[in-house]
Amino acid sequence: MRFSVLQFPGGNSDQDCVHAVRALGHEAKYVWHKESAITDSDAVLVPGGFSYGDYLRAGAIARFSPIMQALVDYAKSGGLVLGICNGFQILCEAGLLPGALILNRELHFRCEHVFLSVANRETAFTRASSESGIMRVPIAHGEGCYFADEPTLAKMTSGGQILWQYCDQTGALSEGANPNGSVQNIAGVCNEQGNVAGLMPHPERACESVIGSSEGKEIFESMIQTLSEKSQN
Amino acid sequence: MKAKITITPKKAVLDPQGKAVLNALEHLGYDGVSDVRVGKYLEMDVPSDSPEFRERLNEACHRFLSNPVIEDFQVEFE
Repeated sequence: MRFSVLQFPGGNSDQDCVHAVRALGHEAKYVWHKESAITDSDAVLVPGGFSYGDYLRAGAIARFSPIMQALVDYAKSGGLVLGICNGFQILCEAGLLPGALILNRELHFRCEHVFLSVANRETAFTRASSESGIMRVPIAHGEGCYFADEPTLAKMTSGGQILWQYCDQTGALSEGANPNGSVQNIAGVCNEQGNVAGLMPHPERACESVIGSSEGKEIFESMIQTLSEKSQN
Repeated sequence: MKAKITITPKKAVLDPQGKAVLNALEHLGYDGVSDVRVGKYLEMDVPSDSPEFRERLNEACHRFLSNPVIEDFQVEFE
């Protein structure tokens, strides 16, 4: 499969994303933010970092990059898009995902491994999740507190749009396991159509056991499974 | 002419900075303050305060300068 990885000034996870995809045996290429088209791509990754210094709000300036109009069109035509960390913030700012990310509850930048519970295993991003439904992946963010108002949350819950929630190692969604104060421990969500998802943790930094965890692979494997099925039909 | 834009977190949104400032105020003995919201303030030189320009600036506030999911804004001209 062919992945495109968007590159913004101030991004820092683009190379990690490309490495993770290639380590899984698939193709990955960079797409500079000034490009105006997404071509030859089965999926797009919007990586983490601090695009445009996170000035004004995280993702607020990046969402107006030329490549973003192409990404909106790509998403609207059903293409698979995954936003990671700053990429998640950019997708929320662009209106491709519901809600917003605000400053962490304790105001600290959190950089550590956390546990995620897979809340909906029937999606293009979670279908290859392990039996346990628990993943250990790293976070590295200061503005990762997910917020959406009550009506939006109710709609997301009934539509299965909440994909990952912070939990402890037994899978319990405890307050103590919530690193940033996110409403309902939400770590990642998808859009109504299920083809655009975003999460604050970094699965691309957890694809090889030599760096502490390989459980992040499950998300990319889910996407690859979905794409393989599509290409067979 | 200047436009002065104040952006504040919506009531329903957690404001950890506001809470931290409130705690510090109490700690320093400035009693009686019950709620602090920390927002942003932008000041810009603008060509006029005509209805057309006000509308343009309002649009910019909605679309870019604030995030309507989490923030409210107010614009004043001076």
